[in-house]
Amino acid sequence: MQRTLRRRPFPIHIVVFLAPAAIVYTLFMAFPLLDSLRLSFYDQSKADPVFVGVQNFQTLLAGDIWAARFWNALKNNFIFFVIHMLAQNPIALLLAALLTTRHLRGRAIYRTLIFTPTTLSVVIVGFIWSLILNPTWGIFDNALKSIGLGDAIQPWLGSEKTSLVTVSLISVWQFVGLPMILFVAALVGISDDLIEAARVDGANGWLIFWRVRFPLILPTVGIVAVLTFVGNFNAFDLIYATQGPQGNPNYATDIMGTLFYRTFYGVQLQPGNPTMGTTIAAMTFLVILTGVCLYLFGVQRRLTRT
Amino acid sequence: MATLTRTAARPLPHFDVGSILSRVAIHGVLLGYTLLALFPVALTVINSFKERKNIFRYPYNLPTGELFTLAGYQTVFDPRRASAGLYLQNSLIVTIGTIFFVLLFGAMAAWALSEYRFRGNRWLGLYMALGIMIPIRLGTVSLVKFASSLHLTGTLTGLILIYIAQNLPLAIFIMSQFMRDLPMDLKDAARVDGASEYRLFFQLILPLVRPAMVSVAVFTMIPTWNDLWFPLIMASQESTRTVTLGVQMFTGQFLKDWTALLAALSLAMLPVLLLYMVFSRQLIRGLVAGAVKQ
Repeated sequence: MQRTLRRRPFPIHIVVFLAPAAIVYTLFMAFPLLDSLRLSFYDQSKADPVFVGVQNFQTLLAGDIWAARFWNALKNNFIFFVIHMLAQNPIALLLAALLTTRHLRGRAIYRTLIFTPTTLSVVIVGFIWSLILNPTWGIFDNALKSIGLGDAIQPWLGSEKTSLVTVSLISVWQFVGLPMILFVAALVGISDDLIEAARVDGANGWLIFWRVRFPLILPTVGIVAVLTFVGNFNAFDLIYATQGPQGNPNYATDIMGTLFYRTFYGVQLQPGNPTMGTTIAAMTFLVILTGVCLYLFGVQRRLTRT
Repeated sequence: MATLTRTAARPLPHFDVGSILSRVAIHGVLLGYTLLALFPVALTVINSFKERKNIFRYPYNLPTGELFTLAGYQTVFDPRRASAGLYLQNSLIVTIGTIFFVLLFGAMAAWALSEYRFRGNRWLGLYMALGIMIPIRLGTVSLVKFASSLHLTGTLTGLILIYIAQNLPLAIFIMSQFMRDLPMDLKDAARVDGASEYRLFFQLILPLVRPAMVSVAVFTMIPTWNDLWFPLIMASQESTRTVTLGVQMFTGQFLKDWTALLAALSLAMLPVLLLYMVFSRQLIRGLVAGAVKQ
């Protein structure tokens, strides 16, 4: 085998182009994440962290106070997610289907306006809604009364029974725009010939949607589900803004994000606990990773089937 | 009712009652949801110009004539009560700084990943893309330790660096999609003419991907401006407070002063809303680019 002598200068420009992004990303995202995960196997209460294997995880999942808080937060977070899947994504799909009807006037305006809440800060959204739901101002409660549902009035944010659902629905209200836009993009990408063929065959709008368009956007439905999952387990701002870092009332709205914040940062009389903090973060990471892997696995199976 | 005659190829009439009714229903639903989406925002803004008692008595009225007052805004801008001006400035510095470097570093990296073939290109791309799925907040404990060792806690610079890291993955993803679609001939022609890779990038490529860059800019702006977590954890003192954190703290302070409260909320919404109205097309196009390529 002959080895030709090639005088190619080292492509330093590739390094120059890649370096800044790679460095900042590694230092401020990849490394902290991996290091946090590593630290969850250590007891960090002394100056020099001591390796303790899975002890932190045992404490978190089965220990005295920690387990109760952890499983409660995990359960609440799942409920938060389920409500988003049941409310946010179907509504987004409906709006997207409507927005992509043929010859719709004002399509862009509707789309822009409906997406507006998503651009707002979660803090602001939380606060505005807490004002609207505030019984003293009575905006929401009076609206209920005016349509005869006065008996259904509850202390929406203050009652343990209703607070989680209320907060979840506020979040749904804010974020419907995102999946809606993704669905619109997917629906618009469907070839008109397919739809026209179905129409000529006599199918009406409803049938066309469910038999032709929806199956073709299943990949997007999957992506939306995963993004919802990841986003919901990263949630914090809304609960913090409306219910405080303890997920009031009585931890009914405590989710992984608030649990993490409270543990790591400390709140009122409870000092910060970085050891448990990293453990909670590691568990959250595990949950998110499981969700993403399930999604990827599902995509793989669908790809190999076709 | 007039029915237009149709040729055999298009058997469906356009003017039947069914389709008109469904049109009305479609617009009804869309309009209804639009109102639901905008109502809380509108309510906040119109009541921010009213006195407390009028907020309670006439919440749905426009703040005209007697109802109008600027007292809330005055309180909010009063440096003794709340430093809206300072917070706005901080938010602007952090957001604009982040956008600038995300665009610069992101475009450079996207270019290298999409244009040049080198060993590890795919792995590097995957490594960067993972950041889209994994929330940066999970690394907070170590991030805070690391930042404080560099004396970056309590600084706007620290925030900017974190936000750059957070937004790079998606920025690179979107921009590299656009760049891959650029025609080969253009680039080769420039190279034949003797342009260096740097000139090629800065003078030819960047202007060509401007639409993608605008999308990424808007995309980056919104979560950065609206973020509560990192300002709360790392930069909560007065001098580096952002608008979002400031609003969060106002709400504790102004519990009784609804006018000031609503003024603060309206003010905090304004920059993002303005930018959104101007750039909504680009933002949505950017989202679409991500979705379509999946």
